[in-house]
Amino acid sequence: MMSEFFHMGGYAAYVWPAYGIATLVLLGLLAATWKGLRNAEATLKALESARPARRRTRNAGRKAADQNAGTPAEASEG
Amino acid sequence: MHRFANPARFLRLSAVLLPWCAGATVILTILGLWLSLFGSPPDYQQGETVRIMYIHVPAAWMSMFIYTNMAIAAGVGLVWKHPLADLFAKAAAPIGAGFTFVCLVTGSLWGAPMWGTWWVWDARLTSVLILFFLYLGYMALVNAFDDPQRGMKAGNVLLLVGIVNVPIIKFSVDWWNTLHQPASVVRMGGPSIDASMLTPLLVMAGAFTAYFLSVVMLRVRTEIAQRKIQTLRLSVAGDGGVADGMRG
Repeated sequence: MMSEFFHMGGYAAYVWPAYGIATLVLLGLLAATWKGLRNAEATLKALESARPARRRTRNAGRKAADQNAGTPAEASEG
Repeated sequence: MHRFANPARFLRLSAVLLPWCAGATVILTILGLWLSLFGSPPDYQQGETVRIMYIHVPAAWMSMFIYTNMAIAAGVGLVWKHPLADLFAKAAAPIGAGFTFVCLVTGSLWGAPMWGTWWVWDARLTSVLILFFLYLGYMALVNAFDDPQRGMKAGNVLLLVGIVNVPIIKFSVDWWNTLHQPASVVRMGGPSIDASMLTPLLVMAGAFTAYFLSVVMLRVRTEIAQRKIQTLRLSVAGDGGVADGMRG
């Protein structure tokens, strides 16, 4: 029964490669996409942590700068 | 559509949609494979080779569907300068090329036993091969410029010019003599294919569509991250050193 299924009526050499190629291409593309996303997110994280004083997060940047200068801004708030 | 052009909003929306698309991909693929390999009968003329159809035809649909979407995004990107439209086209291109490749290879594997040849230079096969080269050409063009904006613009123009190929693919089997069989699902008067074969075909098409949506969302995320990386690097190189020095 099982060998008959794999035999595909004598067309096994055509049917199974078709399914195999599709599987390879789709899984390969997914793996490459996943890897690319992980790499990009890791690079972005490293860059952002290396340079926290960005224009978009001006307040956080100013606080960090104040701390560097030795004037703790949080002291008066807390 | 303007509301979705904001990258931050896209990231939030895709975080919600992605699990659903990924889940749909898994479920539809399992169901589709079961129906294609076990749950459908062999064809009375083509025997078991008809099972290649459940990969070949949905892959062909995807190759045209993805290209059409990329061309629409290219138009939107050129006219309204939406940041996400360019990123979508760039993100979708490798997936479209992948489906076109699958379509060509499975077509060959189906043609060899049924037509007695792996390849013929007729209108249908040639126009699909051109589609494959359009995908590859777009991918090469977009990455060929130092300034990504210029690459995107050139790529968008190529996508818009290449869209004429899509109706040629669709109607090539009606306009020219070919070994390829005419359309049996998307045709006037409804599908001419039996439900036992139409169901696995549509389920596999659904699986491929869900796969495309999942992977394209991941790839757009990657592109957004790449853009941020580029902006950060440029600002570090431009004013970073001086500004940091003054602050410290």
